[in-house]
Amino acid sequence: MRFLVRRLGFFVLTLWAALTINFFLPRFMPGSPLDALRIRTKNQLDPVALNHMLTAFGFKPNANAFEQYIDYLGNMLTGQWGVSIGATLGEPVRTLIAQALPWTLGLVGVATIIAFLLGTLVGMVAGWRRGGMFDSALPPIFVITSALPYFWVGLLLILVFSVWTNGFLPSDFNYDSDLLPEFSAPFIANVLSHAILPAATIVITAVGGWVLTMRNNMITVIAEDYVRMGRAKGLSNRRVMIDYAARNAMLPNLAGFAMSIGFVIAGSILVEYVFNYPGLGYLLYNAVENTDYPLMQALFMLFTVAVLVSLLLCDIAIAWLDPRSRAKG
Amino acid sequence: MTALLVGAGTTTAEPPTTGRRRGRGLLRSVGHNPKALAGLVLFLIFCVFAAVPGLFTSVDDPNALQFPPSLPPSAEHWLGTTALGQDIWAQLVYGTRQSLVIALVAGLFATLLAVLIGVSAAYLGGIGDDVLSFITNVFLVLPTFPLIIILATYAGKGTLLVVLFVLVITGWSYGANQMRAQTLSLRNRDFLESARVRGERRSYIILVEVLPTMTSLIVAGFLGAALYSVLTAAGLQFLGLGDPNSISWGTMLYWSQNQQALQTGSPLWSIAPGLCVALLGTSFALLNYAFDEVSNPALRPVRRVRVKRVKQ
Repeated sequence: MRFLVRRLGFFVLTLWAALTINFFLPRFMPGSPLDALRIRTKNQLDPVALNHMLTAFGFKPNANAFEQYIDYLGNMLTGQWGVSIGATLGEPVRTLIAQALPWTLGLVGVATIIAFLLGTLVGMVAGWRRGGMFDSALPPIFVITSALPYFWVGLLLILVFSVWTNGFLPSDFNYDSDLLPEFSAPFIANVLSHAILPAATIVITAVGGWVLTMRNNMITVIAEDYVRMGRAKGLSNRRVMIDYAARNAMLPNLAGFAMSIGFVIAGSILVEYVFNYPGLGYLLYNAVENTDYPLMQALFMLFTVAVLVSLLLCDIAIAWLDPRSRAKG
Repeated sequence: MTALLVGAGTTTAEPPTTGRRRGRGLLRSVGHNPKALAGLVLFLIFCVFAAVPGLFTSVDDPNALQFPPSLPPSAEHWLGTTALGQDIWAQLVYGTRQSLVIALVAGLFATLLAVLIGVSAAYLGGIGDDVLSFITNVFLVLPTFPLIIILATYAGKGTLLVVLFVLVITGWSYGANQMRAQTLSLRNRDFLESARVRGERRSYIILVEVLPTMTSLIVAGFLGAALYSVLTAAGLQFLGLGDPNSISWGTMLYWSQNQQALQTGSPLWSIAPGLCVALLGTSFALLNYAFDEVSNPALRPVRRVRVKRVKQ
């Protein structure tokens, strides 16, 4: 219990730090968001609406910095993220994010979990059968795939599966524009066909890291006494591999999973950009292109929360899998 | 990018034993390790390209629009020309320098920062440690790439300095965490105790006693940071957040994407620079992985282990 409370404390403190960075960054950097807003809205909004927008953005020209800061924190946490000042001028940031979120969760979330499970499985088998064909061929390959740039793999896949094969698989957007979103077999099939290439990009580049760490952990764990004891008890090879060795070898991987969410987000921005996939990453790219500060701030907070939540979940999973971490308290 | 995670559990778990002698053995093992050798050769090739680009191409100004656009590969233009009329091979050769400089400089400073903060956190202990490790952990969890994109936007797109700055700011935390863990595990070793009893100063102990024993970890940290910098800088430039007039692989990728190179029949324009980024990244990753094998004998290719067992 104390363990959880401490992790929650870290959660809150980190979120606070991220929000604070988010608040002060635009104020220390050259080029004020305020100016960008004024220029962009010059002929489109009257001063009252402009003022309203500024307030929603966290700017109160008359209030002091501290007051602005407190207001900003409150607004961010209660979901009052203001309105977009970019290409989608006047659109509430919440609506924009609500539209993009499911696509990113579906694409990046599923692809990441597939990569993690696949990588852990392959790493487990490779580490268990030290020196087999499997084990000597795979590590160098995965060292290389884990160093490939996300976007380049995406470009290659587009070239091979879309350009050279006359659009065998679609290379952009989330579904064909002539279809209406509905819950029907053709629509779902279309969505899936659009997701294959971006998902494959993420899996190809992400799987290597999991294989290598899992393999190395397995090798370290196999030498442990409890694995030998499992064998001495006459348990089946498979049981020892999964319940004795892998269960322990997985722990660092789980801790790494939360950390990797940050990398995954980075990858998703590039992948969604390459494939014009209308998820959060693409939204962030557009926000940056159009100096849409409220959207950037809300997205950055969301990304931070995503990492922190996964960190918390992994902590809980580790506490569940590893009695030692519970005992430490 | 997950390559940064490789060896997370292993390098820290295996504290090196002795200082100088170990360093020499380390070099020798790298020479015997095919992965390390491959990585090193790749890296050296790129170094040569970066140092004397003029040797490999007759084009002086690779950015000038001086050729017919979209030529296929030929004897004159090995990789063809871009849709804007530049020689792709020449751009590739001249672009090596910036990508390499970004990797090395950002990697170096990120590692320095990591050592500085990691080691002092472990050495200070108490509140100092709490504050420094909290900062490290915050930077570790902050989603760096969005932060980089946002930073680069606020700081004004473009200059190399901005790119380097954001890479260092976001690239040090992973190493710092490892350095701290390693220093903590070293803190109560006998050789440090004896140095303290001898009455050596703290700065002496850290510089002369602690740091040399951490060489392999520092090198691994540098390689990880360099890999991270190569990939991130290329991504940043690919998104158009670098200087669009500079000559680098990332900028080439930006222009090729901008001109729809894949769809308009000049795929080499975007595949070639991407391949270079991948190769440079691979060279760092291979070296890193080999270093991991060197510093953790359990991970070495299995044949050697068997030979040892027979001897016993």
